[in-house]
Amino acid sequence: MGIRRRSGGFVLSINPILCDGFGHCGELAPDLVHMDEWGYPIITTVPVPLSNLAALESARYAVRGCPRQALRIDRVADPS
Amino acid sequence: MIAPNTLPRVLHEASGRPLTLAQHEEAFATSTRSGSLLDELEASGLTGRGGAAFPTARKAKLIRDQRSHNKFMVVNAMEGEPSSHKDRTLLGANPHLVLDGAEYLASVIGAKNIAVCVSRDNPAAVNHLKRAIHERERRSLRGPKFELHTPPWRYVAGEESALVHWLDDNESLPQYRPLRPHILRIGHGPVLVDNAETCAHVGLIGRYGAEWFRSVGTDANPGSTLVSVSGAVERPTVVEVALGTPLRSILEAAGADANPQAVLLGGYGGTWFDGARVDAPYANATLQPLGATIGAGIIVVLPQNACGVVETQRIAKWMANESARQCGPCAFGLPAIAEDLWHLTQNARDNQAACQRLIERCGVIEGRGACRHPDGVVRLVRTALEVFASDIENHLRGAHCAASRSAQHYAAVPSLEREEELVWE
Ligand code: SF4
Ligand code: SF4
Repeated sequence: MGIRRRSGGFVLSINPILCDGFGHCGELAPDLVHMDEWGYPIITTVPVPLSNLAALESARYAVRGCPRQALRIDRVADPS
Repeated sequence: MIAPNTLPRVLHEASGRPLTLAQHEEAFATSTRSGSLLDELEASGLTGRGGAAFPTARKAKLIRDQRSHNKFMVVNAMEGEPSSHKDRTLLGANPHLVLDGAEYLASVIGAKNIAVCVSRDNPAAVNHLKRAIHERERRSLRGPKFELHTPPWRYVAGEESALVHWLDDNESLPQYRPLRPHILRIGHGPVLVDNAETCAHVGLIGRYGAEWFRSVGTDANPGSTLVSVSGAVERPTVVEVALGTPLRSILEAAGADANPQAVLLGGYGGTWFDGARVDAPYANATLQPLGATIGAGIIVVLPQNACGVVETQRIAKWMANESARQCGPCAFGLPAIAEDLWHLTQNARDNQAACQRLIERCGVIEGRGACRHPDGVVRLVRTALEVFASDIENHLRGAHCAASRSAQHYAAVPSLEREEELVWE
């Protein structure tokens, strides 16, 4: 495999219409998501660099773990 | 022909009843346009009059460049704002001008169908449109086909994605649109949605051209606009003014209190604007640095002896009830905000905490809905906290203003049909 250099970043984005506040994402990606007082996720909008593998992994978990499939990972060209 | 530099334009020849097709053609007879329609539209600098003020030509181009045989033109005359009367006034005066504009736009984008949408709770406008469309069909069956659609009236039903959702699927709910500009579709056909007033302006630009259009208004914001003035007025009026007219002269023209405590600009998702600044010119370019926009052309006048906090609370409560309840932050957050405001207006013991909570919740909710509905309420509340800062101070100290106990209110809020719906869980 070797070393892959990754540039750019990602944001976890949410479709608020689909989300029903199950809160799985908050458990699966605690660094990216925290919950508001009604149990709906507040997701950081600043792009996370793709080189942050732990964050990327947790975001992937959240996307797969969401029972409503409301989450998506958006790649952003360059974290500013 | 309407001479340049004269007003009214879209309300030209407005009397009590709408112009028939024959009268309409006589009133707007000559055409002096030289360039192609899209060029003229672009040169005119017309922006959408439905609230977002997006350049109409750019929007039309976006849809024109889509490849499809099944495009739609949608005229939005839903008028969800309770204090807006401009679309029904326009349809009661010059319905054919709106339809002309829709035809022009349909020819630009290449649409064969035009859907005209008015809410079914507005029977007068429905009748005007029915008659106007019938007159056109009797005259000739060529050209794009008009359809009249009458969704039920709701605040968010007039939001463009909700309207297209209704036409597509009979559900007046906003759609999730992560990437903007987003192209709305009915089936697979791209849709161009324009406000009725925008269409009327297009109808005039199609006849007289961009130069004529720009002969009124400022360079940054050319043209005229319809303004619905309500609140502390003898009766709610719609006036057509040139953009850039000082706010105070609009108030005077509408017979309103020219020394208000504050005015609400842009609608119920708009901004409170301090009454000390009413000499500002009424145009987006000059209002934006002051933190306001003209929005959908709504002015609610709040007189000196009214309580802004109470008015804001009533509006916020109603707006919370009008949420489509698709997104959690909007469905739960807006009632919470309305409740905090209610605490503020009461002499509750915890109103200090309520004020803190209110500010925090505004930050939490902002930008987390699928549409702009919660953002509008947040904007309303934030500007209220600024403009009525001293009133809020008094409320917090427990010193009520007399106005908050009086039963006279200025912002028109429809009564809630199901009050208990506000309480969740
Ligand atoms: S897991 Fe999905 S449905 Fe549950 S709170 Fe997160 S985004 Fe919403
Ligand atoms: S933000 Fe509110 S009004 Fe808009 S779609 Fe979501 S729930 Fe409906």
